[in-house]
Amino acid sequence: MIGIEHYLVVSSILFVMGVLGIFLNRKNVIIILMAIELILLAVNINFVAFSAFLGDLTGQIFAMFVLTVAAGEAAIGLAILVIYFRGRGTIAVDDVNQMKG
Amino acid sequence: MIQLIAFYAFASVVIASAAMVIFSRNPVHSVLWLILAFFNAAGLMVLVGAEFVAMLLVIVYVGAVAVLFLFVVMMLDIDFAELRAGFMKNLPLGILLAIILVCELVLGLGAMRAGSVELGQSISNATPDNVSNIEAMGQLLYTKYIFLFEAAGLILLVAMVGAIVLTNRKRSGVRPQNISDQVKRRPEEATRNAKPEVGKGVSL
Repeated sequence: MIGIEHYLVVSSILFVMGVLGIFLNRKNVIIILMAIELILLAVNINFVAFSAFLGDLTGQIFAMFVLTVAAGEAAIGLAILVIYFRGRGTIAVDDVNQMKG
Repeated sequence: MIQLIAFYAFASVVIASAAMVIFSRNPVHSVLWLILAFFNAAGLMVLVGAEFVAMLLVIVYVGAVAVLFLFVVMMLDIDFAELRAGFMKNLPLGILLAIILVCELVLGLGAMRAGSVELGQSISNATPDNVSNIEAMGQLLYTKYIFLFEAAGLILLVAMVGAIVLTNRKRSGVRPQNISDQVKRRPEEATRNAKPEVGKGVSL
């Protein structure tokens, strides 16, 4: 029998995968953005699982809002990435601190 | 029984492809694994009866966001080997942190399962019996959450405008169409009548 715990375990493993991705690929912004998408996907699974478990549709509504914010974040993040690459020819983010305003 | 098999299939593929997103060497492969992860997460959501969110996940993520990632990865000419330099150095500490984090999360789950914290009671289904999931969500979204819904639309608008403003650039050396100049032009200043003598021609 599948319970809420199964979903929560899947989503927490997915969340940790996202955090690990940010930690390991600290230079590559594209992988960092994808890891953030994984974290938001874990949050969405959590929302939907609790929505089904508690019998309240609000969780699914909020999963939709999280999806909206994630789409906007990906668009803006990739736009910043493109202009950063244009100015510098690399996407290594360890030297972003040299941007000087 | 079939639900059990489906759940474990979807869950294992989600986790495996999330691992491949992080560990694969080629970012194009990472994006493709991300697409697989989203498809299987949509499967997980269908299993609990959230069809609308699952379809949204497939349409928005796979159809838009993943394709956007793919475009950017392929468009920029990036030396990815150099970017992976710190990977092995961070690996032991990262794995350690990840194990600690997942242990904490599972511990919290175990505490929740023990039942000391009573947050809500479990009711069987989220959507009412006589309407479909999409219909129920629409009824909630356009009544109770209408302002949040409008705010979500505003966020998308701002994101779109921001992305366009950020990536738009004036390039020198090209001659783009200037629409306002074209519209401003009047017949009087664009044409003139000349009566040249025979054989003389017209100076332009």
